[in-house]
Amino acid sequence: MLKYELVVVGGGPAGLSAAVEAYEQGVRKILILERDKELGGILNQCIHNGFGLHRFKEELTGPEYSLRYIDLLKDTTIETLTDTMVLEISEEKVVRAISAERGYMEIEAEAVVFSMGCRERTRGAIQLQGDRPAGVFTAGTAQRFINMEGYMPGKRVVILGSGDIGLIMARRMTFEGAKVEAVCELMPYSNGLTRNIVQCLDDYEIPLMLSHTIVKVHGKSRVEGVTIAKVDENLRPIPETYRRIDCDTVLLSVGLIPENEITQNAGIAVDPRTSGPKVGELRQTEMEGVFACGNVVHVHDLVDFVSEEGVLSGRGVAKYLKGELETTSNFSTANGEGIGYVVPQTVNMSNVDDQVTFYMRVRSVYDRHIVRAYLGDTLVAEKKERKFLPAEMVNFKIKKDILSNLADGEIRFVVEEV
Amino acid sequence: MLDVCIIGGGVIGTAISRELSRYQLQVRLVEKNEDVGTETTKANSGIVHGGYDAKHGSLKGFFSAKGNAMYPQLEEELHFGFRQTGSFVVAFNETQEQELHHLLENGIKNGARGLTIISGDQVREMEPHLSKNITKALLCTTAGVTSPYELAVALAENAAKNGVEFTFHTEVRGIEKVEDHFVLHTNQGPIEAKVVINAAGLYADRISAMIGQDDFKINPKQGQYVLLDKDQSFLTDTVVFQAPENGTKGVLVAPTVHHNILVGPNSDYIDEKSDVSTTQDVISKILKAGSKSVDAINTRKVIRSFAGNRASSDRHDFIIGETAVKGFVNVAGIESPGLTSAPAIAVHVADLLKEMGAELTADPNFDPTRKPYQRIAELSGEELQNLIAEEPAYGRVICRCESISEGEIVDAIHRGLPITSVDAVKRRTRAGMGRCQGGFCAPRVMEIISRETGLSMEEIVKQGEGSYLLTKRSKDALERGGKDA
Repeated sequence: MLKYELVVVGGGPAGLSAAVEAYEQGVRKILILERDKELGGILNQCIHNGFGLHRFKEELTGPEYSLRYIDLLKDTTIETLTDTMVLEISEEKVVRAISAERGYMEIEAEAVVFSMGCRERTRGAIQLQGDRPAGVFTAGTAQRFINMEGYMPGKRVVILGSGDIGLIMARRMTFEGAKVEAVCELMPYSNGLTRNIVQCLDDYEIPLMLSHTIVKVHGKSRVEGVTIAKVDENLRPIPETYRRIDCDTVLLSVGLIPENEITQNAGIAVDPRTSGPKVGELRQTEMEGVFACGNVVHVHDLVDFVSEEGVLSGRGVAKYLKGELETTSNFSTANGEGIGYVVPQTVNMSNVDDQVTFYMRVRSVYDRHIVRAYLGDTLVAEKKERKFLPAEMVNFKIKKDILSNLADGEIRFVVEEV
Repeated sequence: MLDVCIIGGGVIGTAISRELSRYQLQVRLVEKNEDVGTETTKANSGIVHGGYDAKHGSLKGFFSAKGNAMYPQLEEELHFGFRQTGSFVVAFNETQEQELHHLLENGIKNGARGLTIISGDQVREMEPHLSKNITKALLCTTAGVTSPYELAVALAENAAKNGVEFTFHTEVRGIEKVEDHFVLHTNQGPIEAKVVINAAGLYADRISAMIGQDDFKINPKQGQYVLLDKDQSFLTDTVVFQAPENGTKGVLVAPTVHHNILVGPNSDYIDEKSDVSTTQDVISKILKAGSKSVDAINTRKVIRSFAGNRASSDRHDFIIGETAVKGFVNVAGIESPGLTSAPAIAVHVADLLKEMGAELTADPNFDPTRKPYQRIAELSGEELQNLIAEEPAYGRVICRCESISEGEIVDAIHRGLPITSVDAVKRRTRAGMGRCQGGFCAPRVMEIISRETGLSMEEIVKQGEGSYLLTKRSKDALERGGKDA
């Protein structure tokens, strides 16, 4: 049987960053398993720029960003297997995988990093009703068709959902000569980054219709149009506002779901708030020696933070292999009023260097608000922003000295009025 | 001149074609779509009924118990997917309990096997996630679930192997009786046959009317369904019907042969035969009605909703037999339990041909078997190792959600029936049927179809004429050297 200190499942930005960090921390026998033909994950089809502003202080395209990491592998002993699918991981951390080249493999791992990323919500998941013609694609699939395969999926487009991929694709399809009629967003606010709304919609005069949805898809063979409607405060379509838009393509950008089938099959429970495994400060899961990072833990809006999480899990792996990782926890975290989830879900102070970054998302748009962290009734720290948006992950750092002075317990994050 | 021309490639037409392929006959099946099993056959409950429900004395009652008994052997021969899960008809009150006794009596008359009435506690002992409000149930151990479109494909592939011709994209537009035979006028030219079997499903009334036999009408009866993720399979692995009350049938909650959970259907007559749209209204009602049977239906686990139309005749029973026009046979109005009855109907049609004077000589070369797929998701490590060593394409996973390899897709494309659509591959291999619904694998499936068949990417459709997926190369202007950009 093949033996490795660390097996990384998924060679996208999270997995690459985890492997590189583990290597830098002294781990030598590392294997990255990637199901696609190349490393880089979803970044390979994200040919637009805007990646790496935090991490590299410059604007890179997706492939450029991943190439920075792939280049780093060259000077290491990190091994990679592409076109390789992990079937399952046993409780003894034996990884079962197959590839055309190597056939069936069983790999014994001392530590495992899960970095499988996420997938898009589909038509079925949002229960979009009407006919079932060709021409309804998730935005990411359309992106792959155009950027990787070199084909256009349609000419006249309505986009449902204002997630970032949808916004990016509105611009991309426009560049390729398609006409984007509208972007409909069910919520009264966008689910994409502000910069994408400006650069991808406003600059091309593509209307963003907030509080609107598609109520019906028309077309027997290929999409011929959609009926859209405004929704009321309970998100129910208002019949008087029904309106048909002719189009041949519907793109869906209605959310992402962490891909945790392998995680769950390994017996690790998934947190319903994040749809990812519960993790500690170094992204350790409830199963000893198993770590998770990136979009498999919770859906990020910027790859820079995915890489940051990869670094944490790489450090965690190195500590674990040296026998230095503390498995108990001092704090658990909770999402209070206005907060959807908090990652990490637990913190052990002895694993913390100088600070802990808590990632969280607000449930709604908050103007003139503040996010506060409490332990019981004690205010631990607070974070101010001009505006809190559900689309933009809140990045709440708390210094080690502050946390060290607290009694163990639950840190609760809430949104409060200023 | 053909001995027999079958119109329609649904489960009925394909079952008849396979049955007739046992004999030394020249048989052709014509289908207007690009594949078999693309209409009613692809969107229904997929239940192999016990045969207790359809009224004794009706053709439905006669064929359903018989058909049920044929499934285990059929599965052994053709490997299309059949599991004898058993079924419950559950009652929540005394009125419904009465219905269970009626069904039991009727079932015994029909020759249905494996029937008993059990208590609510016994039900929950077998399926712990069924509702606490269930008071009694009719258990039928011989009922099961199948994959109707995979059955149609399997029947057609086996028929083709035994000499039946299949022509797709062939729509019958007129039928003439000329002396002792028929001329079928189609969009692909005329076809001559001594016997015509009308298995045109939703359109059987129109086909029959072409020869002057317009004494029945097919009214499309819609059924919408919701499919749940495989991780909800704990809900039940037994088919759960609700006992009828006040003349209305409840909805069923059933495992599929591939371990998803299916909830549905409604049962409403609609105007247009080809209308398979779903509506939020009906889907919500189905989910609500379904949650009566089980603890809870998690709507976040819905991966797909869909609709199919049953070919319901105004005679409310199957219409099977030679018409007043000698040599023209109708097999029409085959609604539930039509899938269950299909194998028995096919045997009956062969007998009918004998009665009509056709000479049915057994073909000594008839091979009833179809080779099963090598499904990598079901193989052990050692089996995988051997298979991939022999054919590396089995080591390349294309559909992640269902773990379908390139080897399985290539196999599906080269089994004797032409493949031109993504859905044809999906129905055969399940690539694209999982939780991502083809988001990741559709581009790769298209590449494989293109490579294996020589079709261009733009020529590959989702399903059926005009359902194109791609319009043009994204950089075609550049490829033409920037001209007419």
